[in-house]
Amino acid sequence: MARADKVAFGQFIPADTPVHALDPRAKIIMATAVIVLLFVTRSAATFLLWLLLLLFLSRLSKIPASTLFSSARPVLILIIFTSLLHIFATPGELLFRIFGLSATKEGFMLAFLISLRLALLVMYASLLTLTTSPARISDGLEGLMSPLARIGVPAHDIAMMITIALRFIPTLFEETSRIIKAQKSRGADFETGGPMKRARAYIPVLVPLFVIIFRRAENLAVAMEARGYGGGSGRTKLKPLRWRRSDSAAIALLSALSALIICGERFLAK
Amino acid sequence: MPLSVDDISYSYNKGLPTEREALRGVSFRAESGILSVIGHTGSGKSTLAQHLNALIIPQSGSVIVDGSDTSGSPAEVRSVRKKVGLVFQYPEQQIFAESVEEEISFAPKNWGFDEEGVKKNVAEALAAVSLSAEFLPLQPYNLSGGQKRKIAIASVIAAKPSYLVLDEPTAGLDCVSARELEALLAKFAAEGMGIIHITHDVELALRISSEILILEDGRVVFCGAPEECAEFLCSAPVKGLVLPDVLELSKRLASSGVVDKLEWNAETLLERLKEKWRAQTK
Repeated sequence: MARADKVAFGQFIPADTPVHALDPRAKIIMATAVIVLLFVTRSAATFLLWLLLLLFLSRLSKIPASTLFSSARPVLILIIFTSLLHIFATPGELLFRIFGLSATKEGFMLAFLISLRLALLVMYASLLTLTTSPARISDGLEGLMSPLARIGVPAHDIAMMITIALRFIPTLFEETSRIIKAQKSRGADFETGGPMKRARAYIPVLVPLFVIIFRRAENLAVAMEARGYGGGSGRTKLKPLRWRRSDSAAIALLSALSALIICGERFLAK
Repeated sequence: MPLSVDDISYSYNKGLPTEREALRGVSFRAESGILSVIGHTGSGKSTLAQHLNALIIPQSGSVIVDGSDTSGSPAEVRSVRKKVGLVFQYPEQQIFAESVEEEISFAPKNWGFDEEGVKKNVAEALAAVSLSAEFLPLQPYNLSGGQKRKIAIASVIAAKPSYLVLDEPTAGLDCVSARELEALLAKFAAEGMGIIHITHDVELALRISSEILILEDGRVVFCGAPEECAEFLCSAPVKGLVLPDVLELSKRLASSGVVDKLEWNAETLLERLKEKWRAQTK
């Protein structure tokens, strides 16, 4: 199947579900909290709990688990690399030796947990962008950063920049896929040969892509100015954010779960 | 041997809430001449174009080009890609090389032509799009829109494909460049190349095609000669397509008995009217 047919990282899938309906501020706070908590998590049992929670949220938000799993694909190389590093660099019970390096049982265990942590990080972050439109993420970020505006932080501009960046991830994926297809149809080969040959094969993709990106940025800036955009001051919102009971409830639930996990981790560590 | 598309179906985002059926049971055959595919935006035209070059593999049905199946082995896929040249919409956006020569030689080099073959193909492709050899050392980014498109088309035909699929080749071109491109397509067809021309310009399709296929919501609703196509379009409205002015006028004249045949060319319609007038004044 062609790459363009898959949902790209950061692409919003609209649906009418409780997860989609949550206030973006609540979702950003929760996603950040989960990401921090994933770094505190050390035991396999807790990782399993995070995975189960993710599967539950996938059902609740009608985002297929396969879509969430494939969103972790961009970090696969990082996962493989760190796993290898951990397998061979962790001291412990020797399992086997290869090229003078010793793989340990503890190393395997650590590699497994760290891979799971990295994958979960990306999948939870994807869940946020898959269920929240870029405009709502921007509103949420702006809302969360608004206290900082008083001390001179350009909250609106930062939020707008992040939104545009998020908004253009799928577009750039599509553009890249289109150029790859065009060059493939002219016989370009991206799949065979050594690393240098493969890197060289991407030149015909990168050059037109950069041209398109700069042209798009220019057009976007002109189109925004033409419609009177001049930054945050005096700008009203079409759909002002409304914090509802369900948002407080979701945060309360996550807080309770986090407390449970932290206590559980402490208990297991003893 | 023909290019045959047999009962192909394809959906984007299959299994997701955003699933969208792009093609439903499309079948046709193309050999030589110009086959135009017309339809509204989102009717599946571009998806169909990518199927013909094995960039998209049908989820059901088959695309077979001169005996090679697009869902076959990698070798078969490469053979299909070599035989079917695909010119994307706005093909000038895929230009990457520093010189026109390098850009046009990209495909023949990829398909393994030797140095002499590459040089010969580049020269022939450039001549085929009516550009002189003086263009070879120039930077493609500095050329005009119409010239860039010609370079992009030359870079596809330099691989000597048996079929050429063009997705809205005249989009965004000025009238003169568009007319030049039409003449090019007619020339390629006359030389025996099978042209599959994707457009939403009904008038253009009627004017240059030997056969027309109409897509509506991913389904083939008509396939036949331009004369039959004109009749079909006049008999029932097709989503997203409007009758060209001359055809609309000819339809009204025919329904009031002034002419007895549908015409879409202003000159021919005028001739018919003159004949009628002469016959009446005699």
